[in-house]
Amino acid sequence: MLTCKDASHLLSERQERPLGLRERCALRLHLWMCVSCRRFARQLGLLRRGMAALRQQLRGETRRAELSDEARARIRRALAEREGPPRTERL
Amino acid sequence: MTADPMTPAEATERSDPRDTLSPETWLDEHGNALYRYALLRLRDPHKAEDAVQETLLAALAARQRFTGDASVRTWLTGILKHKVTDQFRRDLRDVELDDPDELTEGTEGDDGEDFESSGRWRERLAPWGDPVAAVERRERLEGLQHCIEALPERLANLYWLREVMEEDTTTICKDLAITPNNLWTLLHRARLSLRRCLDRLWVRNTSHTG
Repeated sequence: MLTCKDASHLLSERQERPLGLRERCALRLHLWMCVSCRRFARQLGLLRRGMAALRQQLRGETRRAELSDEARARIRRALAEREGPPRTERL
Repeated sequence: MTADPMTPAEATERSDPRDTLSPETWLDEHGNALYRYALLRLRDPHKAEDAVQETLLAALAARQRFTGDASVRTWLTGILKHKVTDQFRRDLRDVELDDPDELTEGTEGDDGEDFESSGRWRERLAPWGDPVAAVERRERLEGLQHCIEALPERLANLYWLREVMEEDTTTICKDLAITPNNLWTLLHRARLSLRRCLDRLWVRNTSHTG
C-alpha cells in the first residue's frame, strides 16, 4: 500500500517521467481513497499552470529589459582591455 | 581549423573585413538581446550582466573559430548558453548534489514538514477551490513568484530551470552532473515547499495579498 508520502512523490514524478503500470495502479487506488492526495494532485496541476503563466509574463517583461549604462561601460572597458591597444571609446 | 596563437591585435588585422566579425559592434548590436536571454534564466541583473561580459570576452578570444555558418547573434547566444550553465554550476558548486538532504538542509524542504512518520499528511489538505483560470491572475502570479524566491536559492534555481526555462530532465542532469532520482527528489521538495507557501497565501490568508 502506498503512503501519502509515496503517492505525493509519484504525483510529482509523473511530471518528469511516465510512470510504470504498477505505479499507475497503486497511485490510482490511493487517490481513490485519499482526498488529501487528490487535492495535492490538483494543486500540482495548478502549480504547473501558474508557472506557464508566469513564464509568459516574464517573457513579456524581459523583452523590454536593457543593459544599464554602467554595465555597458564596464563591459566595453573589459573588452578594450582584452583587445590590447586602446581604441576610441564610444558612448 | 587549428588553434591559432596570434595575439588579438594581429587577429584583427588579418581578420575577415566583414562587419560581423568586429567585436566593436557586438555590444551595441547584440548586448540587449544577450542580456534578456541571460536575465530570464538567471533572474539576477548582475549575474546576467556578468554572463554577457564573459560571453563577449570568450567570443573575442574565439573569434577565429567563427565560421560564418550561423549568424553572429546565434553564435553569441550559443556561447552565452554555456556561460549561463556555468553560472548554475557555480551556484550549486558548494553542495553535494548526490545528497538532496544537504541541498535543502536547514530549510523547509524536508518532507517531515508535510508528513507524519507514518507517511500520512500531517494535516488534511484544504482545497484551493479555484477555477483553473484564477491561478493565472496577476496577483496570484506575484504570490507564486514570491514563494519561489522564498525557496532555498539553489532549489529555486533548479525549479526555475525546469519549470520556467522548460529544460528537460536529461539536459539538467547532464549539465549539472546529477542523477535523475536526485533531481526528481529535489523538484518534489520544491513543489511541496511551494504548495505550503501558496496554501498560506491563497487559503489560510484570505486577504488581498493572495
